[in-house]
Amino acid sequence: MTAMTDTAPILEIRDLTKTFVLHTRGGASIPVLDRFSLSVDAGECVALNGPSGVGKSTVLRLIYGNYRAGGGEIRVRHAGRMVAVTDAEPRRLIDLRRHAVAYVSQFLRVIPRVPALDIVAAPLIALGCDALEAQARAGALLARLNLPERLWTLPPATFSGGEQQRVNVAVGLIAPRPLLLLDEPTASLDAGNRAVVIDLVREAVAGGAAVLGIFHDPMVREAIADRAVALSARDRQEPDQQAGEP
Amino acid sequence: MTAPPGGALGAAALPAAGLEMAVDDPSLLDADRLMVRFGARFACRDVSVRIWPGEVIAVVGESGAGKTTLLDCLSGQRAPDSGSVRYRTSAGGIIDVHQESEMVRRRLQRTEWGVVRQNPRDGLRLDISAGGNIGERLMATGHRHYGRIRAAAADWLERVELDVARLDDLPAQFSGGMQQRLQVARTLVSAPRLVFLDEPTGGLDVSVQARLLDLLRRLVAELDLAAVIVTHDLAVARLLADRMVVMQHGEIVESGLTDQVLDDPQEPYTQLLVSSVLRV
Repeated sequence: MTAMTDTAPILEIRDLTKTFVLHTRGGASIPVLDRFSLSVDAGECVALNGPSGVGKSTVLRLIYGNYRAGGGEIRVRHAGRMVAVTDAEPRRLIDLRRHAVAYVSQFLRVIPRVPALDIVAAPLIALGCDALEAQARAGALLARLNLPERLWTLPPATFSGGEQQRVNVAVGLIAPRPLLLLDEPTASLDAGNRAVVIDLVREAVAGGAAVLGIFHDPMVREAIADRAVALSARDRQEPDQQAGEP
Repeated sequence: MTAPPGGALGAAALPAAGLEMAVDDPSLLDADRLMVRFGARFACRDVSVRIWPGEVIAVVGESGAGKTTLLDCLSGQRAPDSGSVRYRTSAGGIIDVHQESEMVRRRLQRTEWGVVRQNPRDGLRLDISAGGNIGERLMATGHRHYGRIRAAAADWLERVELDVARLDDLPAQFSGGMQQRLQVARTLVSAPRLVFLDEPTGGLDVSVQARLLDLLRRLVAELDLAAVIVTHDLAVARLLADRMVVMQHGEIVESGLTDQVLDDPQEPYTQLLVSSVLRV
């Protein structure tokens, strides 16, 4: 692998294919992606468009290694080299998530009994940051996202949808990584907090991050994305006629 | 905690030449093609697992899948019919666990390893005090200074959120959840590198489970422990483990990153397990 320059892509997807096979439903097969390709450069924000159910979130989850690809290749830049996500060993994926790929999922997965501040600080601590400094930076980011300070020491289980989403955004943005995946980061936010998230993402892009996101709100898309890629039914496989009824 | 006198394993206990594990990225424990058979039934069939320092692996599956048998083989408590378990000691040597003498295995179990059992009564001595239970493990690793042992015991009671005033109480006076936390303290006080936990939250009420899980999650991260956790509870795996291994009928049917196996299970059996849970 040759060394990459600054204009080299951060993310390369070639012929990505994904079909879910439901063994508990008589082996029914649900095709989602068929030979989908995409490349995102440093300092670029790409919006993934397309109707609901077309597989946009699936693309993000495949890049993050949360789903296993059925075919094709996903590579992300890590420490100056392009590293394959597809078929990567679990340990490699953990390393990539720590250093190279950040992901803001649609919903926060709550860890019982862990305060919001610690959840946000965790990615920094995993990178070796001092715990006090990590908490200070987590507090600063939560303050910027207008999360009331009285909530910081509480586990987010009882937070509102919008509050949980801001915690989730903070977890994704606290430790800058070359690739940022955003799944509807502003869906449950009011106008003021939406503007804060837009600013934060713009700052990440200006800092050289590559961003791939799903933004249903056209205003947010307009404000953040440099270009849009439409995922449509043509990226999907024909349903498997042999499959059993779901 | 300082290293016990004489090193965790004396040089004399260290290995035979010719044993090798990956050098560039050394693993801690390598189990290779383990076989255990009970009559016609396999409890472990061709099971290979590799554990790296600082990582937590969950072994999941239903009762009778062979999880505990695997744990017993990995932790040197049961010899497999065939296959090997190799361990890299803190001194850097590699030992073939089941080829060593019982004495070496016992030494490993009380120094570099720790075992937390499902029933705290199997992992604690009920006839001595809480402090004694913690201190005993320190004495077994060569510590002799009474004051320091007592101070370490008090410190560990606090770390597992038990009242230090209970230091001299017998474990029988504790609730099940407290006994389990005491067992965790007894296991971790000697600073093991690798801990084996068999259904650690098994018989506990849900609220008590949550507290113990939170404690384990924090301690594993703080102490940079490697751990193998046997559980039938996928939520426990989700919360604690980096990687997971799914067993059925003594075989590993699927393994991988915990969230990947739970969110995109590939094998029919794993899909059945995941879909049978309300939400993990």
